[in-house]
Amino acid sequence: MLRIENLHATVAGKPILNGLTLSIPAGEVHALMGPNGAGKSTLAYVLGGRPSYEVTDGSATFDGQDLLALEPHERAAAGLFLGFQYPVEIPGVSYLQFLRESLNSQRRARGEAELSGAEFIRLAKAQAATLGMDADMLKRPVNVGFSGGERKRAEMVQMGIMNPRLAVLDETDSGLDIDALRSVGAGINSIMRAPAKAVLLITHYQRLLDYVAPDRVHVLTEGRITRSGGPELAHQLEREGYVEAAA
Amino acid sequence: MNEVLPNAEAPNAEFREAIAKDYEWGFSSDIEQEFAPKGLSEDTVRFISAKKNEPQWMLDWRLKAYRAWLEMEEVDWAKLDIPKIDYQDAFYYAAPKAKPKLGSLDEVDPEILRVYAKLGIPIEEQKVLAGVEGARKVAVDAVFDSVSVATTFREELLRAGVIFLSISEAIQQYPELIRKYLGSVVPQRDNVFACLNAAVFSDGTFVLVPEGVRCPMELSTYFRINAENTGQFERTLIVAEKGSYVSYLEGCTAPMRDENQLHAAVVEIFAHEDAEVKYSTVQNWYPGDADGKGGIFNFVTKRALCSGARSKVSWTQVETGSAITWKYPSCILKGEGSVGEFYSVALTNNRQQADTGTKMVHIGKNTRSTIVSKGISAGRSNNTYRGLVRVLPGAENVRNFTQCDSLLLGSECGAHTVPYIEVKNPTANIEHEATTSKISEDQLFYAQMRGLDPEAAVALIVNGFAREVLKQLPMEFAVEAQKLLGISLEGSVG
Repeated sequence: MLRIENLHATVAGKPILNGLTLSIPAGEVHALMGPNGAGKSTLAYVLGGRPSYEVTDGSATFDGQDLLALEPHERAAAGLFLGFQYPVEIPGVSYLQFLRESLNSQRRARGEAELSGAEFIRLAKAQAATLGMDADMLKRPVNVGFSGGERKRAEMVQMGIMNPRLAVLDETDSGLDIDALRSVGAGINSIMRAPAKAVLLITHYQRLLDYVAPDRVHVLTEGRITRSGGPELAHQLEREGYVEAAA
Repeated sequence: MNEVLPNAEAPNAEFREAIAKDYEWGFSSDIEQEFAPKGLSEDTVRFISAKKNEPQWMLDWRLKAYRAWLEMEEVDWAKLDIPKIDYQDAFYYAAPKAKPKLGSLDEVDPEILRVYAKLGIPIEEQKVLAGVEGARKVAVDAVFDSVSVATTFREELLRAGVIFLSISEAIQQYPELIRKYLGSVVPQRDNVFACLNAAVFSDGTFVLVPEGVRCPMELSTYFRINAENTGQFERTLIVAEKGSYVSYLEGCTAPMRDENQLHAAVVEIFAHEDAEVKYSTVQNWYPGDADGKGGIFNFVTKRALCSGARSKVSWTQVETGSAITWKYPSCILKGEGSVGEFYSVALTNNRQQADTGTKMVHIGKNTRSTIVSKGISAGRSNNTYRGLVRVLPGAENVRNFTQCDSLLLGSECGAHTVPYIEVKNPTANIEHEATTSKISEDQLFYAQMRGLDPEAAVALIVNGFAREVLKQLPMEFAVEAQKLLGISLEGSVG
């Protein structure tokens, strides 16, 4: 479903990704682990199409479609969801308004009918309930006054509403207490565990993987995948650290 | 309620594209005009007065203003680059050709109705709308160029005792009221543009809400400039008697022009004891093209006198249009415990210039004022908030809260905040907060990553920024205003 080949990318002229190759088939969850500065978040942003992240070589396709040729909003409409490590505040715009406009914009781009206000509210409430979030929080401005954990939970509610085919989740587990971690993990499984969907789970730690069992684990070091393996690799990394395990 | 503004409900690609190409409302229609001779002289003033069959006192009042205007200096303190205005190179009066007195909308020139339909303000639908359950009635005193051509809902208003008619008619029908109030809030010599307006005002609106009456509907006037080279000099006078309430909506669009057009309106509000007036504006005059060519000069004087105790006047404005905006809706808080409010969104793009704000003059005891100003600058525009809070020696226990926020899009625009605070009474409590921010790349990318295209993302973020002001607007206007902010910023993302 996602196929990345020999990807090179720079940020402000500095090479961060150096020939990254990675493939995620439909129906699978892959974990991407690695030390700080290895390029994990850069990969997420490059897949999202963030301006100022420049691809200098290589390719990334999503169901055969050239992902890198699309604008960020077109990637979203194509079914890519990027879960942010640091979800952004948008003062004065309620979550409900934000997500309804976003979802309907995606639906228009796909030639689907827009959801009415009532339909959307039903969907949003159901997704909030699934993630254990008080639906009233969606009436508040996007992420304003949200704690770190609330923001991450809200990201998952967004994912539930958008119902993407491919999710790239950038350190969704950071800042979460154990209860939040459990419900976020359950959310990922219920939203994304499906034969036609795939997840790239970017994380520092093994602990989220206790709740979302990955099919494959990859180690990213200095901008390329240095090791890949089954779920047991995550445990080994946790025990031995990246340097040793990657060697 | 969206039916009032069909355009506001069509955020589709074609619609956006059409607007991106050209100023959508930039067309001009062929209605026979009757012009005053070009240029400005005593004869022009006499011509206008005679055209309107005005009584001698009105002509005298105009002439007095004209003579005063000759002596007055141009404004030079605003942060505006105003080209020299050639007052002799303009027409000061244009009216649709005189017709027999109109009994109903059916008698209105179909061309005029067509223009309104194109603007998305079909008058005939206003009637239908009025019958719709739950829909608030909106009375439209449609000002087409200089003369009111249609007035709806007048009967219902009259039943409530509310006088709502063109100021020309009011001069004929209620001369004693006009003589009493005209110029009582904005004196002729207040400033050069107000003085010019006093001399040559072509038409406008008069509203009087009698004692104890809550106006049964929101009053709305749509203005439109439609004559080549015609300055537009509207005059609005609103009198709210003791314990009355009225909400007045003003919105305008103008056709595309290559030559600058002067618009110097005057709005006076007189609020008696316990009266409340809410005055809302969505201003979308033609701003000129991307290079700053053409566009309206909007030099407006708006002022309210909170004369009676506990009276309240609230100005809300959304200013997106005009090449140059010079406008400071103000409140003179004379009555004890009177309240003044000013909520403003001013958006400038391309080469637009805006110098806008308010004056809150606290004269009475326990008077309060609130100022919330949101400035949005894009392109190579310049956007200045200029506000005065003045507390006179006798004004005990005054409270003022001012918040000025500026949002910048891009790096070639300017945002300026110029607050003047003059406090002559130590019991006053004055608060001033100001922020300046840029739309961050983080915000834009986040919104795009959820599926919004860049322009929709900017519109959403800007609307969030302006929300505190937009929520003050009546529903019909809030919808239009939100749309307008997005439209006005098109092409500013790059």
